[in-house]
Amino acid sequence: MSDAILNQAYDVQRVREDFPILARSVHARKGKPGKPLVYLDSGASAQKPRQVIQAMTRFLEEDYSNIHRGVHFLSQTATDQFEAVRTKVARFLNAPSDRCIVFTRSSTEAINLVAASYGRTFLNEGDEVILSIMEHHANIVPWQLLQAEKNIVIKVVPCDEDGVLDMDAYKDLLSDRTKLVAITHCSNVLGTVTPAKAIARLAHERGVPVLFDGSQAVVHGTVDVQDIDADFYVFTSHKLYGPTGLGVLYGKYDLLKKMPPYQGGGDMIESVSFEGTTFKAPPSRFEAGTPPITEVIGLGAAIDYVEALGRDAIAAHEHDLLQYATQQLSQIDGLRIVGTAPGKGPIISFALEGVHPHDVGTIVDQYGVAVRVGRHCAEPLAERFDVGPTVRASFGLYNTREEADALVQSLQAVKEFFGA
Amino acid sequence: MMDDLRELYQEVILDHGKNPRNFRHPDDANREAKGENPMCGDRFMVYLTLKDGVVDDVAFQGRGCAISTASASMMTELVRGKSAAEAEKLFHAFHELCTQDEPDIPEGVDDETMEKLMVMSGVRQFPVRVKCATLAWHAMNAALHGEAAASSDQF
Repeated sequence: MSDAILNQAYDVQRVREDFPILARSVHARKGKPGKPLVYLDSGASAQKPRQVIQAMTRFLEEDYSNIHRGVHFLSQTATDQFEAVRTKVARFLNAPSDRCIVFTRSSTEAINLVAASYGRTFLNEGDEVILSIMEHHANIVPWQLLQAEKNIVIKVVPCDEDGVLDMDAYKDLLSDRTKLVAITHCSNVLGTVTPAKAIARLAHERGVPVLFDGSQAVVHGTVDVQDIDADFYVFTSHKLYGPTGLGVLYGKYDLLKKMPPYQGGGDMIESVSFEGTTFKAPPSRFEAGTPPITEVIGLGAAIDYVEALGRDAIAAHEHDLLQYATQQLSQIDGLRIVGTAPGKGPIISFALEGVHPHDVGTIVDQYGVAVRVGRHCAEPLAERFDVGPTVRASFGLYNTREEADALVQSLQAVKEFFGA
Repeated sequence: MMDDLRELYQEVILDHGKNPRNFRHPDDANREAKGENPMCGDRFMVYLTLKDGVVDDVAFQGRGCAISTASASMMTELVRGKSAAEAEKLFHAFHELCTQDEPDIPEGVDDETMEKLMVMSGVRQFPVRVKCATLAWHAMNAALHGEAAASSDQF
């Protein structure tokens, strides 16, 4: 199906009606109406459709109880619904089995789990972990903690001026000392989508497992962990229109099986005695304590929601927004877009000459436009492009061309303000 | 709402932001402290030349937004020539102005100085920007006390 046909079928105004918060205005005061909210910060966290909110409310009102224990009716009902979402997530990623899906608190915790469990067990002094320059701090700091403990070595794949990952450099960095590769599937600053399949294939030629941070990638396109041949793949619920407090770790079962627990507690044990405790098989082994049950139900509803809209249709809509917004922003004098890789996701980071991003953020906010300013938890990348902090507009399935126009208009106001 | 913006970005602030005063590193500085806002990456060094308990010279270097740069620039103009005790008093007065709806201003700050301090107080309407306005002041206060750094994490 062509983009044009998909876009015709995609009724963004109807989609917007599913998101109650998008109807509000901001900065209203004393009889003065506010400005309509223009939410361009979905890369930080996406808004939630009514379907997600209602699924969580309904669950709490009708079916809530703790899971995996208790023989009573509600516990069984809640457990069934909870585990059905695990199956749904497995299908969403095209994982071979729902045994490969571990619920965590966030992408961050999922990466920390792999670093602490797999990393501590299988990496030793002098072993190398390959990251990329465009990692979020969540995929840098866990490895640095491991470095401090085990004296491993961290290698960093650079990118070019457009923000394209330097695959030649990656090939050169791969060696007999490489024991793990951990790379983003889509940069939260540049929007660059990395060639995950090629990254994994090259690592596998040396028997090295690969972790992908899919926090942005799962939102903007279809991900097939078997096609990529990812060993670990993580994402977070709240960027995918689901609730906060919930992340997902996909792991190949053979790897998960070899890994010791990350945290200890209830729900992850077979039996406990002071002489010795035995642990359950994955994924339970990695889910100590009561999980975020209601949030898992919410994620299930979020997945249903994006699948009903169609992930290809969403991607086509977002691609159109990206093209349009890039074109409009490029016409502003003194505006420099950071990250121009072909096939990138709908994320536009930029600097405006002569105006600090913090000042840009404050002024456009008065026009109702919500953007992120700062270094976006990716300080090494800001250094790489020598831009310091930037402004980031990130688009989601509910954004419109008119909202891109509103951003451009508010930036014109910034320029007038500062005479830039 | 645009009135609030004009209140925050007054001409004098835009001017100090674009053409900061005392943007240098004095040779004879005997105190210095770094002010850093990890959230946005703003970073200033504030240099003091203390002689016989008096701020003989004060200057700064670094990079930040219009608010933090203007505030640093205006701080240097206000603090120079003051005793260490007076400089600290100004820090507290400014901090009150930026953060409190009913600021508790220490006694002994003259009207002209208050007027200049008030210029930045529009920031109170923009809570996330208060740390920008007070960053260099915190660094100055840290330098007065012989400390090496002030981080907005602790403000």
